[in-house]
Amino acid sequence: MLRRAQAPGLVAFATAGDPDLSRSEAVFLALDAAGTSVLEIGVPFSDPLADGPVIQRASYRALRSGTTLERAIGLAARVRRQARAPIVLFTYLNPVLRLGVERFAGEAAQAGVDGVLVVDLPLDEAGPFRDAAAGAGLDTIFLVAPTSGPERIRRAAALGSGFLYAVSRLGVTGPRESLPGLAQALVSRIRTETTLPVALGFGISHPAHVREAARWSDAAVVGSAIVQVVEQYGSDTRLAEAVHGRLRWLLGTAGGTGAPPAGSTGVPAVDS
Amino acid sequence: MTAHAIEWGRRDPNPGGYFGEFGGRFVPETLVEPLEALTRAYEEARRDPSFTREYLGLLRDYVGRPTALYEAKRLAAACGGARIFLKREDLAHTGAHKINNALGQALLARRMGKSRVVAETGAGQHGVATAAACALIGLACEVYMGTDDVARQAPNVARMRLLGAKVIEVDSGSRTLKDAVNEAMRDWVARPDDTHYLLGSALGPHPYPLMVREFQSVIGREARRQFTEATGGLPDAVVACVGGGSNAIGIFDAFLDDASVRLVGVEAGGESLAPGRHAARFAAGSTGVLHGTRTFVLQDEGGNILSTHSISAGLDYPAVGPEHAWLRASGRCQYTTADDCAAADAFHALARLEGILPALESAHALATACRLAAELGTGHTILVNLSGRGDKDLSNVAS
Repeated sequence: MLRRAQAPGLVAFATAGDPDLSRSEAVFLALDAAGTSVLEIGVPFSDPLADGPVIQRASYRALRSGTTLERAIGLAARVRRQARAPIVLFTYLNPVLRLGVERFAGEAAQAGVDGVLVVDLPLDEAGPFRDAAAGAGLDTIFLVAPTSGPERIRRAAALGSGFLYAVSRLGVTGPRESLPGLAQALVSRIRTETTLPVALGFGISHPAHVREAARWSDAAVVGSAIVQVVEQYGSDTRLAEAVHGRLRWLLGTAGGTGAPPAGSTGVPAVDS
Repeated sequence: MTAHAIEWGRRDPNPGGYFGEFGGRFVPETLVEPLEALTRAYEEARRDPSFTREYLGLLRDYVGRPTALYEAKRLAAACGGARIFLKREDLAHTGAHKINNALGQALLARRMGKSRVVAETGAGQHGVATAAACALIGLACEVYMGTDDVARQAPNVARMRLLGAKVIEVDSGSRTLKDAVNEAMRDWVARPDDTHYLLGSALGPHPYPLMVREFQSVIGREARRQFTEATGGLPDAVVACVGGGSNAIGIFDAFLDDASVRLVGVEAGGESLAPGRHAARFAAGSTGVLHGTRTFVLQDEGGNILSTHSISAGLDYPAVGPEHAWLRASGRCQYTTADDCAAADAFHALARLEGILPALESAHALATACRLAAELGTGHTILVNLSGRGDKDLSNVAS
C-alpha cells in the first residue's frame, strides 16, 4: 500500500458522510486528484474517544446525515471505482461488531478497500478480527504509540500488514502547532523492529509538519486539517476545490492556495 | 479488623480481564501500557499488607465504616410482606458508597507516583468522593461532568469545587455520564505519565471492573455479617440499583456463594422502554463494546450508542459493568427495572416513613424491594443497598 524508499507519501483522512454521502464522495475524489498516496475513510461513531473536537464534530455531522458503517463501505466502493489511491477504512470497533466481523471483512473487500484500522481494537484483542480481514485479503493496520514498548512494536509488525500507523503524540487527534520530538524517537524505535512502512499521524496540520514527518517516516497522516475545510465549506459548491487546495498546500505543491486564512496557523483555539 | 479483612483475588477475571465472554480491554494503543502499569501496581498493592492496612484504616476513621444496617419497619409495613433491611451507604463520608473506591484508587495513584487525578461523574457522588480523596491524599483533581448533569446536580458541583477539584463541563454528545467518560479518557490518553484515571464504577477496561469491585466489596462483607448478627440467617434477596454497577457488585460479592440468596439488580426504566427514554441495558440492549469493555450496551442498528434517560443521573448510562453481564448470563443474578415514577414514589415513601432521604439512584432499588417484599410475603427478608443520600436530588424531586 505504502512503499518504503519512494517519495514520502501522504495519507489523507476525512469522515465518510461529512457533510453528507454525496459531498463526501467528492471530498475523497478531490483528495485523490490532489495527489494523496492513501485515502483514509473514517467511519463516524457516536463516541469517538480517540478523536479531538474537529473529528468529533465531523462524526456528529455524518451521523446526522444518516451515515452508517455499511453506507461508508458503499461510499468506499464508489470512490474505489473512480480513484487511484489505495483505501483504508478507519473505524471504531462497535459498529464492526454490530455488522459482524466476517461480514464486515467480506463487504469491505468486495468494495475494493485495501486495509482496515480499528482504533479501539488493540493487538491483544485483535486476533479473530485480523484473521477475518486477512482471509478477505485486507491489510490490518495497527497503531503504535509513544507508550508502546519494543515487544508490542514487534507484535504489531508481525500481526499487521500494509503499514504501521505511528501515533506522534500522547492524546487525541487534532491540529497542533508542532510535531513533538517524541515522534522521531518513536519512528526510529519502529525502524529497529520492522521493515513495514511507517505512517506518522496525529497533529500533522501544516506543510512544515508534512515535510518534517517525511524526513523520518514513509508518509504523514493528515486528518483534522482536511476535516476543518469540510466543516468550513459544508454545502458550499467550492467544497471539493477547497479540499483539493488544502491537500496541495499540505503537500507543498501549491504556492499558498488552500492555506488557512492569513494570521491563522490552522489551529483553532478549541484544540489547544 | 479481621472481620473486615479483604480477600483480594478471590474471584479474579482471566488474565485478559474477562468474566466469561464479557470484559477485556478495548482501548486505543496509547492506553494499553498505562493500563498494564495500573494492573501491575494494583496487584503489587493488594499483596502489600501496608497498603491494605492504610486503606482499611481510612475506611474506618475517615469514611466512618462500618456503615449501619438498619431495619426499615415502617417502610416494610407499608409495602406489606417481607422485612426490609437497609445497608446505610448513605451514611458513609461524602454521602455514598463511592468513597470506598475513590480512596482505594487515590492511594494507588499516590503509590504509582501520580500527581494528578481525573474522574468522570454523573450524579456527582463519585466526583465528590474523588475530590475528597484527592484533598486528603494531596493530589490535583479534575472532574468531567456532562452539562445536563451539572444543571441537575448543582449541590455536588459546589461540593467538588469547595473540596478543591476543578469541574470541567462536557457539552458533547448527550451531555451526561457517557460523555464525561469519553472526555476523561481523552484527558488520560494525553497525560498518562502524571495522571491516574480514577474511574468510578465497575466498568471500563481491565483492571477497572475488578479493582472497583474489590474496593466496594467491603459493603457486602459488612452487610452479610451485620445481617447474620441481626437475624441469625441470610436474607432471601439482596437488591441494589445498577448504573455501571459498583454498589451492586460491592454488596452482591459477599453473597455469590450463598445459593439461597436471590441477587437482584435494578436498572433505570426511565420514562418508558422506548429507545432513548431509559437506561435498561439488559431489558433493551445487546452485546457490544463501549468505553473499553465488552458488555451489554444500548445501541442502534448501526452500532452507534443510543442516548439514555433516567431521573437519576447516576443510572443514566448506556452500558453496564461486564461482571454484571456475566452474572446475568450465568443465571446467578437477576436484573429488573424501576421507572422514574416508581423511584420518585420510593424516594417520598422512605422520606416520610423512615426520615431518610435516599439518592434517586438508590430509590430504584427501594421501589423494587418494596414490590418484592409484597411478593415474598411475611417470614422473608430483603437487604437493600441504600447506596447514597438524596440531598443532591432535592431540587429535582421538589419540582
